Amino acid sequence: MGESNSKSRKVWAPWNEGDAKPFVRIENVTKKFGSFTAIDNVTLDIYEREFFSLLGPSGCGKTTLLRMLAGFETPTTGRIIIDGEDMSTVPPHKRPVNMMFQSYALFPHMTVEQNIAFGLKQDRMAKDEINDRVGHMLKLVHMEKMARRKPDQLSGGQKQRVALARSLAKKPKILLLDEPLGALDKKLREETQFELVNIQETLGITFVIVTHDQEEAMTVSSRVAVMDHGYVAQIATPGEIYEYPNSRQVAEFIGDVNILEGQITEVRSDSAAIKIKGVTAPVETGRSVNAIVDEWIWVAIRPEKMIISLDAPKNNSKNCITGKVMDIGYLGKLSIYHVRMDDGRIIIVTQTNRMRETERTITWEDSVHVSWSPDAAIVLLN
Amino acid sequence: MKKFTTFNKLSIILGLSFLYIPIVLLVIFSFNESRLVTVWAGFSTKWYGELMQNQGILNAASITLKVAFISSTMATVLGTMAGFSMSRFGRFRGRTLFNGMIYAPLVMPEVITGLSLLLMFVAISFNRGMWTITLAHTTFAMCYVAVVIQSRLTSFDRSIEEAAMDLGCTPLKTFFVITLPIIMPAVVSGWLLSFTLSLDDLVIASFTTGPGATTLPMKIYSMVRLGVTPEINAISTIMVGVVAAGVVIASFLHKRSEARIAKGEMMAGAAP
Repeated sequence: MGESNSKSRKVWAPWNEGDAKPFVRIENVTKKFGSFTAIDNVTLDIYEREFFSLLGPSGCGKTTLLRMLAGFETPTTGRIIIDGEDMSTVPPHKRPVNMMFQSYALFPHMTVEQNIAFGLKQDRMAKDEINDRVGHMLKLVHMEKMARRKPDQLSGGQKQRVALARSLAKKPKILLLDEPLGALDKKLREETQFELVNIQETLGITFVIVTHDQEEAMTVSSRVAVMDHGYVAQIATPGEIYEYPNSRQVAEFIGDVNILEGQITEVRSDSAAIKIKGVTAPVETGRSVNAIVDEWIWVAIRPEKMIISLDAPKNNSKNCITGKVMDIGYLGKLSIYHVRMDDGRIIIVTQTNRMRETERTITWEDSVHVSWSPDAAIVLLN
Repeated sequence: MKKFTTFNKLSIILGLSFLYIPIVLLVIFSFNESRLVTVWAGFSTKWYGELMQNQGILNAASITLKVAFISSTMATVLGTMAGFSMSRFGRFRGRTLFNGMIYAPLVMPEVITGLSLLLMFVAISFNRGMWTITLAHTTFAMCYVAVVIQSRLTSFDRSIEEAAMDLGCTPLKTFFVITLPIIMPAVVSGWLLSFTLSLDDLVIASFTTGPGATTLPMKIYSMVRLGVTPEINAISTIMVGVVAAGVVIASFLHKRSEARIAKGEMMAGAAP
């Protein structure tokens, strides 16, 4: 989807242009703590003005990678290049990057104003210039009225704004954000996500954000790097990551997915046929696959791309599974159905509740057909 | 809340009396009119006036204050450095031993500390006097400061320092403009603790003193050997006051800084 779009329409996607120069280059970086390998030979490029996410479960090395960009950790091997300059020997206080910390790390003995001015003072900027910049930053994060408060007189959301303003005040080339919204409640977090994107677009600064929240990564990023156990599993736009994950881990980490084991029966130039264990109807894919006949593979299908129905669909000779409804979870805007296949495995189907709850026809113990279009199935190689 | 039973009340009264009756008696008799310590003859502050005339006691008091001031300041600097490095070194082989070596002087018998210091001063033929007492007091008070600072730093959010460096502050400057102001209450309470420890030390001072350098506790001790006078009661009452004030201020500062940390953590975790 991302690829075809960028060709037909003019979309900002420097990572697809061969001649674009990356702004940040992480080159074969490995980081070991004793015998533990936190980062395992990671190579990735980040382009100017990108909103780049490092996404992964806790302990996957994403924070270590961010701290290496800031200079708090040094790579065991490999290089980090920012704007053409090798950063290996540059200490944190001399790097053109600023970081927003997960704990916000506000200076408790200084007021909001003094916190924001701190970095500017280190640069020996003129006093009225500092005042101007601080005023501008306070306005940017809507904290003008709190300028003289101390951090312990602020709420979590207000602290978060001050931390953001402080890290942006020096107009860094890159802003690093370590779980910036982790301490906020859900509603505030969602609002702040959009605000972050707006600020990033207004200032034109490259943002690199670390998060374990996949929805957050999808909402804010131009591209996402999914990390696991110290290596990068996939780097792509949020859409590509969701629709075309390149491995089982990525598919399972991003959103919900049904994974079925199958064997390739036919490979054609624009499609493939797969026999799923315990299912009579074959699975047809909408794309060719890079596999050979008889190879065991995984078929991944997102729950919302499946259709559940009481009657057999018109074309039930392929892409169709029969089963019994075991459980129904009613979430308001959608319902989740747990369907037990004939061999006992459970698949999950979600349906938008277009009708009122009382009119819902499918109920427990109903025999149902679960079907999907050929586009919905993704083949993942072992 | 459980109610106070008669037994509980009695235990508290007995315990507190045991601890404080001697001190209360001392304070009361320091206001005694009579020269006889044990006979009450009416209220008077004349012994406090008399103190001001006693050159020996005034000299001893001035030496004691000088020693306490200098040694607690040096102990605070050294102890802060020790506590800081102990909390910042990563895990290394022998860390526990190293930690233990810093704490050991806290439980070391004072006689041993005093004797070993005396032997050292003699060995390097250091002229004994006010400065040797000061050095000796610095040595043992420094451990207390190190403990206070180290415990404060275990709850210190290091990302605050990292944030300062990230904003262009050098590591050394970060210590002075960020770390030190934040841990200041602990530093001050360490100083007050050292000050009071130095003020009432008799054993180590006796070992390490030389001619002409008599501290107040030593002076009192030698006066008592000739019999207790109301003057001694008066000077002791003043010392009780000073030490109590020091301890109360130190614990107040400690409490306040802990409350601030707790509040900070609570606010960071709380939704707005």
